[in-house]
Amino acid sequence: MRDVAVVGFAQSEHSFSDLGWTEADLVMPVVNEVLETTGLKRSEIGFTCSGSNDYLVGTPFSFVAALDTIGAWPPIAESHVEQDAAWALYEAWVRIQHGDIDTALVYGFGKGTVGDHVGISSLGYDPYYLAPLVPGHVAMAGLQARALKDAGFDVDPDPTAPPATDGAAAVILAAGDVARRVRARPAWITGIDHRIEPHSVGARDLTRSDSARQAAERAGVGSGSGAVDFAELHTRFDHEEVLLRRELGLDEKTVVNASGGPRKADPIMATGLIRIGEAAARIHDGSAGRTVAHATAGPCLQHNLVCVLDSEGQD
Amino acid sequence: MGNRCAVIGVGQTAYRTKRADVSLAGLVREAALRALEDAGLTFADIDSVVLGKAPDMFEGVATPELYLADALGAAGKPMMRVHTAGSVGGSTALVGTSQVQAGVHERVLVVAFEKQSESNATWALSTHSPFSASLVVGAGGYFAPYIRAYIRQSGAPGNIGMMVAVKDRINALRNPYAHLKIPNIDLAMVEESMMLWDPIRYLETCPSSDGAVAMVLGSERAAAAAAAATGRRPAWVHGAAMRSEPMGMAGRDSVDPRAGRDCAADVYRQAGVTEPRRQFAAAEVYVPFSWYEPMWLENLGFAEKGAGWKLTEAGATAFDGDIPWNPSGGVLSSNPIGASGMIRFAEAAQQVRGQAGEHQVAAAADGSRLALGHAYGGGSQFFAMWAVGANKP
Repeated sequence: MRDVAVVGFAQSEHSFSDLGWTEADLVMPVVNEVLETTGLKRSEIGFTCSGSNDYLVGTPFSFVAALDTIGAWPPIAESHVEQDAAWALYEAWVRIQHGDIDTALVYGFGKGTVGDHVGISSLGYDPYYLAPLVPGHVAMAGLQARALKDAGFDVDPDPTAPPATDGAAAVILAAGDVARRVRARPAWITGIDHRIEPHSVGARDLTRSDSARQAAERAGVGSGSGAVDFAELHTRFDHEEVLLRRELGLDEKTVVNASGGPRKADPIMATGLIRIGEAAARIHDGSAGRTVAHATAGPCLQHNLVCVLDSEGQD
Repeated sequence: MGNRCAVIGVGQTAYRTKRADVSLAGLVREAALRALEDAGLTFADIDSVVLGKAPDMFEGVATPELYLADALGAAGKPMMRVHTAGSVGGSTALVGTSQVQAGVHERVLVVAFEKQSESNATWALSTHSPFSASLVVGAGGYFAPYIRAYIRQSGAPGNIGMMVAVKDRINALRNPYAHLKIPNIDLAMVEESMMLWDPIRYLETCPSSDGAVAMVLGSERAAAAAAAATGRRPAWVHGAAMRSEPMGMAGRDSVDPRAGRDCAADVYRQAGVTEPRRQFAAAEVYVPFSWYEPMWLENLGFAEKGAGWKLTEAGATAFDGDIPWNPSGGVLSSNPIGASGMIRFAEAAQQVRGQAGEHQVAAAADGSRLALGHAYGGGSQFFAMWAVGANKP
């Protein structure tokens, strides 16, 4: 694999109320800022990928208006995932591995304040048996918290959700010498992997997260020195940190969510990408040598992505 | 481009107005199992799953990859969900291709679907609240002005769209999966059909379909193993690209979008194509409204600007023409929107594999020429294309 690093990260000031900004309004400043921090021009970006969710504002193609703001002219090589933008970053990392491009811009945005998130999250569940019950994300998290409590973990069995948030984030990836040129201390991606597991929570042991453990092993969280200075985990509920620390193999020395984490800012579809950005920023500013970022989707941590970042590249 | 990538399995469902006999999960699984069977593989052999579909409002299920993970055998694997508007079927194939070309995975299952009977696509495409009023009704309302602009700019006779509509529906009679089958279709029948969005008549537009398509994409090693096991040859990816441009930009040419020209140029450069009309034996091109055939003939370099309609008029794009376009019947005959792009990609692959059945173009089966798969979406602004061939690139 080519050495690829996070060389730029920008995020909006996240808001718990609707300030009247469209998704495009949210995206444009962070894209401009992240380009500025790296000194790269839009024309130097080899691939662009974004993540968003149409249902947050109840209109199809929310990414189309966002594309209009990023300067896609002349036409750009571009794609979009209807997932957290952490997965857009994964797609961009894969694309850079081809060897013909060296840079990628990744952005994600969410306007959570204008929607009913219990209703929206329920629409993401099995539409025949589960969604009609409108369980929402908090009740589903409650099942996992209760399972952990019953298994002897010290967790609150009655979880509360973080507040709905509007916000956006952008990351620039660069390979090899380009990364070294634009960032004094690039955050090298030494491993990145994601795994999904069965949707039905009845098919899973909710005191475990097989997919998080698999992704962490394949991303190499425990390899090398194994020491992780900081971890940014996509924990929207407190009990998830207890579970993820165990599945990712993080000990008590690892500081989790120094940024405040998703409970302080949860712009859905950007929240996971922000974890990668924040974990990279600790390396950029010299406060960490090795960090881990995690993103998740689906009820009770169904789909998990783990990214290991290091101040030292592998080549 | 990176490592070589091949299509080693293709599976399609029947495309119908309403597939009431299957759930969403049953629909995608039907296509996936057929693709796996074609490749001589099972879910256990797959390293990664990529799912694509158009807006979630078409079925009312948000982020459906979460629910569909079980049906697609994805547990324990990476799973992606692509959404690039109408081009998404093509983009989904390319995201899977990228994983093989990057050397990240050996065998990737790509699946695209739409079950349009679950909701009303025209409604879902027309809502733009709360930020702005919708000025169009459905995709036809959006594209009709561009078609009128094309007719004015090119001076094309008014019957060209109807010729495409007849040609693609006659082709569909050879395709067992096609949705619309109108055995006695002719120009008079198209002309008599209701005007929907001037100049698009009812029989010049695509249907709303339920359906799914899947492909297994493999590395060089996986392709060799599949060919040995099944006796069916793979289709090699010779060129692949995506391009996007803004929807709202003064001076943008919405009739002949630059993103489409740039995307084709990138694919042709990778595949060594300098004369598309001669070097492709068949093309499966996203034509949801009849007039988009002459428009894309020009945008894709098969004809000079303003002359695309002349190829259609001369019969060059017919099944027995020198460059058959949409031998499967195309989007005009089957349109599960999110899958329609991947169906183009898959049908192009089947042509060079010699697996297209009754709609096999003889010149595509001999292995010496390439086939083109094409998809577009949004406001004619998202493009995904590939060129595939029987020989290794």
